[in-house]
Amino acid sequence: MKQLWLTAKLDIVESLRARWFQVYTLVFGGIVALLFLFGLTESRVLGFIGLSRLLVTYIQLTMAILPIFVLITTVRSVAGDREAGVYEYLLSLPVSLAAWFWGKILGRYIVIFLPVFGAMVLAVLIALLRGIEVPWGMFGYYTALLAVMAACFLGIGMLISALARSTDMAQGAAFVVWLTLLLFLDLILLGVMIQGKVSPEVAVTVALANPLQVFRTAALALFDPQLIVLGPSAYVILDLFGVTGYKFFALAYPTLVGIAAATLGYQIFRRGDLP
Amino acid sequence: MISFSHVTKSFRKSRVLDDISLDIGLSERVALIGSNGAGKTTLIRCLLGEYTFDGQVSIEGRDPRQERTAVLGSIGFVPQLPPPLKMPVAQLIDFSAALCGTDPARIHQLAQRLGLDLAPILTRPFVKLSGGMKQKLLIAIALGREAKLLIMDEPAANLDPEARKIFFELLAERQEDVTMLISSHRLNEVSALVNRVIEMDMGKVVLDDRVADDVSLSGQFGCRISLKRSEAAFAKAMQAWNFRDLGEGLEWEGVVPGPDRLRFMGMTSRYVALISDYSLHEAPPVAAGNGGGAALRKVGADATVI
Repeated sequence: MKQLWLTAKLDIVESLRARWFQVYTLVFGGIVALLFLFGLTESRVLGFIGLSRLLVTYIQLTMAILPIFVLITTVRSVAGDREAGVYEYLLSLPVSLAAWFWGKILGRYIVIFLPVFGAMVLAVLIALLRGIEVPWGMFGYYTALLAVMAACFLGIGMLISALARSTDMAQGAAFVVWLTLLLFLDLILLGVMIQGKVSPEVAVTVALANPLQVFRTAALALFDPQLIVLGPSAYVILDLFGVTGYKFFALAYPTLVGIAAATLGYQIFRRGDLP
Repeated sequence: MISFSHVTKSFRKSRVLDDISLDIGLSERVALIGSNGAGKTTLIRCLLGEYTFDGQVSIEGRDPRQERTAVLGSIGFVPQLPPPLKMPVAQLIDFSAALCGTDPARIHQLAQRLGLDLAPILTRPFVKLSGGMKQKLLIAIALGREAKLLIMDEPAANLDPEARKIFFELLAERQEDVTMLISSHRLNEVSALVNRVIEMDMGKVVLDDRVADDVSLSGQFGCRISLKRSEAAFAKAMQAWNFRDLGEGLEWEGVVPGPDRLRFMGMTSRYVALISDYSLHEAPPVAAGNGGGAALRKVGADATVI
């Protein structure tokens, strides 16, 4: 446990000094600041106004940015460290491979989740100062959704880092994974269904297997509980899970994907060449 | 102590280690030499449990891959290229000390002995230090624990003569109970440090030889050099070795650490046309742990008599 925490702390300190982290923090803090600046809390969509409106927009933007940001920065720093000889030295110290790998994940998780969460806290603080009502339920669920999203893509990032032998390969693979998940969002699947190439059941299953789509649907469900914007797919989802069931699924499934990917990454890491 | 049994390592179709079998005993000081691509670094990484391979490697009967923490806890490692760590110096020291169960104060003391004052650089990122500072710190970290095996890849390459001398003294203090594996491209860089030479080429051991061990790691040589005429470049080089000018740059006197004598002679050979007289006499060795200062002054006095 001591080794795990030492490794996590090491990764946190390394990340805090890295340029990507400064840009990352600036992007998410900047989004909230800009949303307030442009008066988003005063606008209305589907009956949402105030901080709810801002959080809905924030989570939509985060879903577009966070996965690719987490994937690229994780593979760049993990594969980059290995290429630069950091692993050769640090793994010559008496640290177990499990403590090293999971400690690195823990450290990175803290570093990637805190700025995103910090931006949400910032939004709440500004709202409180301005006397805007805070939707705590929504705040709590969105926080959980972001935490799960970060875990899911961090796990996938660590798996890619364990598989790729160079930074270039790792970055390329991360981009392809993100692009693939993007391609299998509902809009593309809808097109395929209209052409009659796949059955609706297959299309909906593929969509539900895609963590990006799961997050997207979960975020939509908060301000559109009947998922009207999804069309007929909504019937399948709501019949299968129900509103509460789907909210739970949207948290549990991507967490499992992240943990499974990280576990597979660890198995590959510990069985292969370390540096 | 260390056993390599039929170790073979390939990267895709390229065989980097080819059926290596070696036994290295306790307190042996081994030079691992060979050109680039000979397989030295790969062999070291197999020994550190960082690579997978065919065959077996064991340190005191333990597999470095399966029993990582137990095995690596008794190994001090100095890499050839310092890793580009962004963490502050203090954190690197604390991290390695915590993992190895040693007192960070011991690393501070060793760094101080090597001429590296840590206090002003504790908050500086490791990657921002100069090459020599990084090397001194990595040596201090490696020697600052209860290691039974020291693996060093070109450890003294970035050190100035004074730091090299202290580095040799530090090794001398540990030579009875520690096995050393020192990797280098050139034998003359490490020959005086070792009592066994293993040369590798194309992934195979092509030479495994014992060498005369008459000069100890703490041995020293009093040296006096006379020149036909003074030369600024020679004077600068002599000053770097802490030699004294006995008269208008024509007479130089000082002490050369035993393990560094080949390097010193290699340096002076560049000025052979200027040299009219050259004497090198073995002086009493430095007592381990006394810091070397008093012994050096004594040897310096002897050298004037020579």
